[in-house]
Amino acid sequence: MTTANVTGAPGRARPLDLLYGETETELRAAVRDVLADKAGWRDVLARTETAQTYDTGLWHTLAAEIGVAGLLIPESLGGAGASYREAAVVAEEVGRAIAPVPFLGSAVVATTALLSAGDTELLTALASGALTVALAVPFAAGPGKLPVPTIRIEGAQPGDAAGTYRLSGQVLGVADALPADVLLVPADGVPYGLYAVRVADAGVSTVPVVSLDQTRQLCDITLAAAPARQVAAGPAAEAAVAAALLAGAGVLASEQFGLAERALEITVAYVKERHQFARPIGGFQAIKHRLADLWVAVTQARAAARSAANGLVTANGTEADLAVALAKAACSDTALKAAQEMIQLHGGIGFTWEHPAHLYLKRAKADSIGFGTADAHRASLATLANLPPPAA
Amino acid sequence: MLGNTGLGNSGNGAVTDAADLKAQVAEFLATHDPKGSEPLEFLRARFDAGLAWVHYPAGLGGQGLPRSLQSVVDREFEAVGGPSNHPERNGIGLGMAAPTILAHGTAEQKQRWLRPLWTGEEIWCQLFSEPGAGSDLAGLATRAVRDGDTWTVTGQKVWTSVAHLASRALLVARTDPDVPKHEGLTYFSLDMRQPGVEVRPLRQMTGEAEFNEVFITDATVPDADRIGAVGQGWMVSMATLMNERVSIGGNAMPREGGMIALAARTWRDKPELRTPGLHDRMLRLWADSEVARIAGTRLRQQLAAGQPGPEGSAAKLVFARLNQDISEFEVELTGADGLRYDDWTMRRPQGANFFGRNPGFRFLRAKGNSIEGGTSEILRNIVAERVLGLPKEARVDTGPWKDLPR
Repeated sequence: MTTANVTGAPGRARPLDLLYGETETELRAAVRDVLADKAGWRDVLARTETAQTYDTGLWHTLAAEIGVAGLLIPESLGGAGASYREAAVVAEEVGRAIAPVPFLGSAVVATTALLSAGDTELLTALASGALTVALAVPFAAGPGKLPVPTIRIEGAQPGDAAGTYRLSGQVLGVADALPADVLLVPADGVPYGLYAVRVADAGVSTVPVVSLDQTRQLCDITLAAAPARQVAAGPAAEAAVAAALLAGAGVLASEQFGLAERALEITVAYVKERHQFARPIGGFQAIKHRLADLWVAVTQARAAARSAANGLVTANGTEADLAVALAKAACSDTALKAAQEMIQLHGGIGFTWEHPAHLYLKRAKADSIGFGTADAHRASLATLANLPPPAA
Repeated sequence: MLGNTGLGNSGNGAVTDAADLKAQVAEFLATHDPKGSEPLEFLRARFDAGLAWVHYPAGLGGQGLPRSLQSVVDREFEAVGGPSNHPERNGIGLGMAAPTILAHGTAEQKQRWLRPLWTGEEIWCQLFSEPGAGSDLAGLATRAVRDGDTWTVTGQKVWTSVAHLASRALLVARTDPDVPKHEGLTYFSLDMRQPGVEVRPLRQMTGEAEFNEVFITDATVPDADRIGAVGQGWMVSMATLMNERVSIGGNAMPREGGMIALAARTWRDKPELRTPGLHDRMLRLWADSEVARIAGTRLRQQLAAGQPGPEGSAAKLVFARLNQDISEFEVELTGADGLRYDDWTMRRPQGANFFGRNPGFRFLRAKGNSIEGGTSEILRNIVAERVLGLPKEARVDTGPWKDLPR
């Protein structure tokens, strides 16, 4: 049913490789160049106060010219035929720049759902960068437990083409859906399934949410008898959503690692420059030791994130679930810690609007909830690592 | 541009080399009976055949191959029940003395010391720390005075593992008190079996004496046993200490290996001990241990791929914190049993055992993990200054050593 390296599929056996390969390094350089040019922090800050919080121009460049939209899509469908390892490297760069692009939602989460469902039509359009797709589930939904669908299926209307369904209901707090052309909507009814809805159609509204993290603005989706096409039904639809949430959590861990690494770099550079008491504040042991501890946490986060990316490519069910849970827990905590240290060690300037630290903090805090909190992911270890809770 | 790659560090040449090595071992075994030979003669012959540590140079027990191939040779000899050099008895010799000798010893010293070190004929210990020189190792006061081709050494060393078993020691001593402290040190190999060397057990909070104090009174060292130039002792010591930090916390482990294995086993075996708060701690400690293990795997992959990173210092910091947190958790988890200790009797263990005996012992022994081999505070300084490039502390100890307050 699937052609790419979707979790749970018996992929080609590979050793656990936690380093970066040559292709990944080249891809990183290409993405970093574009982001340095078009997503400096001043650009990112300015955009948070505009009507278009997602940078669709930047996204088009990354998606179509660099080809990040088609990383997971097989070459036969016009994609790059790469894997979650490469996608995770792009996510690291997006996290470093806290870039307002729907890479995670479209090129990872929605793409994984479509790969699992085997929907070639949308995948081909995604691969070319012509189409942006979002999975209509709350950003806070994590893997392990499917979100209860809040959209119901209604009968077709007179004049509808064969195969047309109508959907109604609301999904709140969806990430990366504002710039999407198509929504993938899990809906309840007969049959339960995953449906594709065109945002431009009548009966579809996406309302921006005033979000804690304006670099990844959420939206509330309302469908009122919106026309839809079935992508998968029953267990196949459940499997598609589950794979998408797992990939979302696993690749988000790499974004969080990238954010943490960059926050550490910016802070280290600042404490070398900032003088108080006639010396750089980075020479004070109180500051050196905090940054050393943060560096240690960041090295651990990198290994965990690489392990999750690798696990999504190579591992079977439990091993991939475990690698993702560990990475999302570790990277959530580390990204938040890095952003918090960034603010404290910048002192007053770090508390201002005119400094990027708050953007890192908000993204880190929102990311720590996205696709499951650190606590939820650790709780899954009760089963995955056989560490049962106390009897009720 | 994007192939489905991402590997590229697997070392394709390794397959042939492993086969070659297996053939070499088979050839060696054809002329050396692993069961019938006198063990020491067998080990010496294995060293001379370049099958002792294959990453060492030819003529010194190796063949200049990648370190990763050593396991191939070890497995072949284990499979036929060949005599062991008992590496667990000579951890300092193999892990610290040998790389230091290889990097800084003369050709003659390498010939003289490396073979008996590897075979286990000579156990080595390390005479570095002193009562007045812990984190500030370069401030040490043990004096070595030269008279012709002989040095006379007097001073006191402390925290010396296996000193009571060792026949040789790595010694760093002050040879010039009139220059700044780092410049007046020289590195030696000391013969421990001489009248001027007295070893006394040093009992620690666990009740046992894993370490020693070593009192040195007019002991002698021939100048031929000096390692590195006079005044270069600090530089040579750093090579030794870097190897020490890699050896603490840098070992490959299976998932749920080490300290977390013991806590997880108790958790599973005794459901009646579980509480919600302890469950959260159990999950956190398990997750942190597994992430640390993955980070250790990544560090070894970097080394194998020839991209050594600074992550080694992180490994020891994390190892110390986790050992302390897990063992403290384990004592609490066991509740009433946590109030009992197995035995306070003074004893002399063969070597360090962080994971041995009972939870109380592990809790107490782990307190040393953030002190031995560089305190966690010194390691944070190293990370901050060498990895992150932050400014060094303002120093007040730059004048001649003899003028420093003590």
